[in-house]
Amino acid sequence: MSLVFAGICSHAPGITGRAHMAEPALRDEFYAALRQMSAELHATKPDALIVVAAEHFANFFMNNMPAFALGMSDEYQGPIEDPEWLKIERRKIRGNAALSKRLIVEVMNSVDVAYAEEWKFDHGIMVPLHFLTPAYDIPVIPANINCQGPPLTPLHRAWAFGEALRHAADAVPERIALVGTGGISHWPATPDSGKVNEAWDRELLDRWSRNDRQALLSYTDVATYRDAGQGGFEIRTFISVAAAAGGRGTIHFSKPIPIFAVGCTVATMNIACRT
Amino acid sequence: MSLYGLQKFLYELNRDARVQERYRDDRAALLTQYPLTDEERAAIEAGDIGLIYVLGANGQLLMHFAAYLGMPWADYIKAMRDGIVTHGPVRAGVYTMTTGMDEKVAGV
Repeated sequence: MSLVFAGICSHAPGITGRAHMAEPALRDEFYAALRQMSAELHATKPDALIVVAAEHFANFFMNNMPAFALGMSDEYQGPIEDPEWLKIERRKIRGNAALSKRLIVEVMNSVDVAYAEEWKFDHGIMVPLHFLTPAYDIPVIPANINCQGPPLTPLHRAWAFGEALRHAADAVPERIALVGTGGISHWPATPDSGKVNEAWDRELLDRWSRNDRQALLSYTDVATYRDAGQGGFEIRTFISVAAAAGGRGTIHFSKPIPIFAVGCTVATMNIACRT
Repeated sequence: MSLYGLQKFLYELNRDARVQERYRDDRAALLTQYPLTDEERAAIEAGDIGLIYVLGANGQLLMHFAAYLGMPWADYIKAMRDGIVTHGPVRAGVYTMTTGMDEKVAGV
């Protein structure tokens, strides 16, 4: 039928795995924003949820690295990480292979997306699902943008991927929800873990909320790496959601939680009519 | 330099329970399957997180190796800092350290 929901949120493994080390009031405020996003997501009665994530070498490696990938299975597994470490139990997650296939065929009209009939979700998908669909009651279609193993797809191609997802969502009879997950400025998995460039994050989220395509696509990876760390490459997922939704965004939560290694973000975006 | 081989090992260890078993039970034979320098092989055999960090392994891969070894979060962060002290700056990749040695931005 159409795209019925669009949003973005953080996915850092510390959000669940190091919950006990965070300042409780701040952590709970963030969790509440995620739960509110979950309520808004469910209110749109989606038949499937596409999660555009930035994988961390769970399924895709430098021996064969797609710029973009979509899952095409009736069932996935996750988390691939040690459940004790992530503090999310390992489980099966329902997909919808037939719907995936129809979406992929549509996306391929403009973006050469890889497909995957096997996919073990890492924290990039499992942490958002833990809060957004805690009952795992919406079939999931995983999508990945390579933000990890350079060379990375240019930002304008991440935008094109988002547009392709929108066209695909509008071309199928099902109601499709879309969530992009990633960090903004952050330096995860280094001794800098917890460092955040708040001014850079504010600017990025302002551009995202205004859905300013030109401003969003003007970042270069050299400048992003300097100002926002290697974790900043994950803005590709947020950019794809802006391209898909086309409307204005609302930031529901945006505060650094250093032990989570990221400025934690929850935001939704209005879905504009396609012109 | 065989950073690719080092990272390939970490990737397969992280996702494959059989590789994890062989790391525990048959480590030397397992490691012959990867193109590694002597320094890289010794670092893996010893579980030397600090040296593997300095060698330039992708941080997301290394983070899960540290978790697999049972290192608490604070110890893992400290091991990377200690690696810099012992072996010098990160030699490759995009996971370099940009903060000061005592900055501890997340309190650990």
